[in-house]
Amino acid sequence: MATAVDRKLWSQWQREIEAAPPGEQPATTVSGVPIDPLYTPDNLDGFEYDSSLGYPGQYPYTRGVHATMYRGRLWTMRQFAGFGTAQQTNERFKFLVAKGQTGLSTAFDLPTLMGLDSDDPRSLGEVGRLGVAVDTIDDMRQLFAGIDIGKISVSMTINAPAAVIMAFYLANAQDQGVDWRKLRGTIQNDTLKEFHAQNEIYFPPEPSVRLAIDVIEFCTRHVPQWNPVSISGYHIREAGSTAAQELAFTLADGLHYVDQCLARGLQVDEFAPRLSFFFNAHNDLFEEVAKYRAARAVWADRLRNHYGARNENSWKLRFHAQTAGCSLQDKQPEVNLIRVAYQALAAVLGGCQSLHTNSMDETLALPSEHAVTLALRTQQVLAHETGVTNTVDPLGGSYFVETLTRQMAQEARGYFDRIEALGGMLPAIERGFFRREIADAAFAFQREFDAKHKIIVGVNAYQEAERKPLDILTIDHAVETEQVAQTRRVRKERSGEEQRRTLDAVRRAAEAQENLLPTLLDAARARATVGEVMVALAEVYGRCDAAVV
Amino acid sequence: MVKCVENQIPLRIVLAKVGLDGHDRGVKVVSRALRDAGFHVIYPGLWQSPEAVVRTVADEDADWLGISLLSGTHMTLVPRIVEMLRAAGLDHVGVLVGGIIPETDVPKLLELGVARVFGPGTPMAEIIDFLRAHGSRTHA
Repeated sequence: MATAVDRKLWSQWQREIEAAPPGEQPATTVSGVPIDPLYTPDNLDGFEYDSSLGYPGQYPYTRGVHATMYRGRLWTMRQFAGFGTAQQTNERFKFLVAKGQTGLSTAFDLPTLMGLDSDDPRSLGEVGRLGVAVDTIDDMRQLFAGIDIGKISVSMTINAPAAVIMAFYLANAQDQGVDWRKLRGTIQNDTLKEFHAQNEIYFPPEPSVRLAIDVIEFCTRHVPQWNPVSISGYHIREAGSTAAQELAFTLADGLHYVDQCLARGLQVDEFAPRLSFFFNAHNDLFEEVAKYRAARAVWADRLRNHYGARNENSWKLRFHAQTAGCSLQDKQPEVNLIRVAYQALAAVLGGCQSLHTNSMDETLALPSEHAVTLALRTQQVLAHETGVTNTVDPLGGSYFVETLTRQMAQEARGYFDRIEALGGMLPAIERGFFRREIADAAFAFQREFDAKHKIIVGVNAYQEAERKPLDILTIDHAVETEQVAQTRRVRKERSGEEQRRTLDAVRRAAEAQENLLPTLLDAARARATVGEVMVALAEVYGRCDAAVV
Repeated sequence: MVKCVENQIPLRIVLAKVGLDGHDRGVKVVSRALRDAGFHVIYPGLWQSPEAVVRTVADEDADWLGISLLSGTHMTLVPRIVEMLRAAGLDHVGVLVGGIIPETDVPKLLELGVARVFGPGTPMAEIIDFLRAHGSRTHA
């Protein structure tokens, strides 16, 4: 593709550009990367179609992980949902399926995410507020009542207590008579990014990773269609990172999990095909597309050439995308619909496997049914009306997008070197490297926004004095009382002896550094609560306080 | 001779993340902007209980307390903190709230005695100007 440029014509254009008055704002991406006015074959020195780009479904997958991409099958439209009690969320799940959603995605409330029970004093005011409260296997049963989990794929966003929740899910599946080998879905189970950005932290980094690997190892052997980790850049980006940092830190986390699985004695081709990823879909369309394309190429290269994976599925980076929550505004909230549509376009042009589009009211509250329907409709319009699904990787070969893709890959590799120079992933976490990088980027963006170098429509430009509030979803305080009562009822009904015996077994397995899933399954069946299991584990692992940067 | 400008003691502000909410992008950006603007910022980190926040305000002899909440628990936690400040004889400390606060809750928070609610998209200068305009009642 890198054909010669006619110098004479080029100079003529260059003179015109130089003579033109400078623009009002410096042309940079949302991440602050300077962008040239024009890209030509000159930018793609040494670029050869076959070796540099190749075909979709073939190494290094820059153009996509499947040969036919969306011509063969559309991405999965998967809206994240959860609030109140398990019963309320169960109703929302059924509502979404009725509207044509093709996968379920569970949001847990903050106490559950933090490994606390609903009746813990620290949970006060938080129960059922940002997601669904799950304390025991009873709640898990209620959450999926009347939904065939042998047929629909289910995603669960949970990290510090992921192993416990996975045990609840598996024990419940068994109770429902669903074969584990049929289960499809994803558990986020990515504790590393909690230390970089998301802050749902319970144990110190080393045992946190150990627990994550327990889930990966167990699922590799017993739940073969399940994605036992979703290595997530989403939250890193939400915390304020640049696109390149999101890419680099996410892949670095993934590489750390690979190293740890290998250290357990797993073979790379046993587990790598089921590692999945989760990226943000932010405002800057081309930068985002470049990020996804680079992610696939860098991952494929590492897995094939560094780890020696032979199964092609080990090389393929499959990812879920969610539009950027941090880009949503509370001023003129309907404008968020437009932001989300462009962000979704970026994810689809970048070849995502599944997508969540945020609802326009999500800076205000959890989405209303009206807002969540519009968000889903945004994906359906994209899929069926815009024609972007007709050809694979439509931006492939663009001088601009290929240049950005190369730059992005280079930046990611640069970060890998810096992390290694700090002694690897865990030492870099302990030294606050990731948090500092992200906080610096967040602050840099704020300054650009304050100086109006970056315009946010309706916020620092095109404001409107009049405000038209949206109807938003409110969570009844009764939810907390109801959930607390439910958990206390379980504590009374269950056998205290069984609960203690199974928790003792969990503790012993943790001390012996055995895979915890078998004992966690027993604890789940004995109706132990999430909080009780986490406390038992903390006796062995210790607790962790978030570092301040 | 160089004329000495008014000898100003920097305003002291405690910024607090209370409850389980881990969204700390905003609070970190604000703390850095206030620090750069010459304020004395005390940020004790995530997961502070209301009791711990009030203790920090007292120990640090703060002029202002800025509470950051993006988890929807503001109507549970802010009234508790305001009440506890009052009980501790710290009602001269101005209280600001930042984060995701639905519009219908803003008047309720102001009624409780919160001086101002800053939502997403607030320019840093707005917060800085507000604090400078209101100054200190602790060190009046």
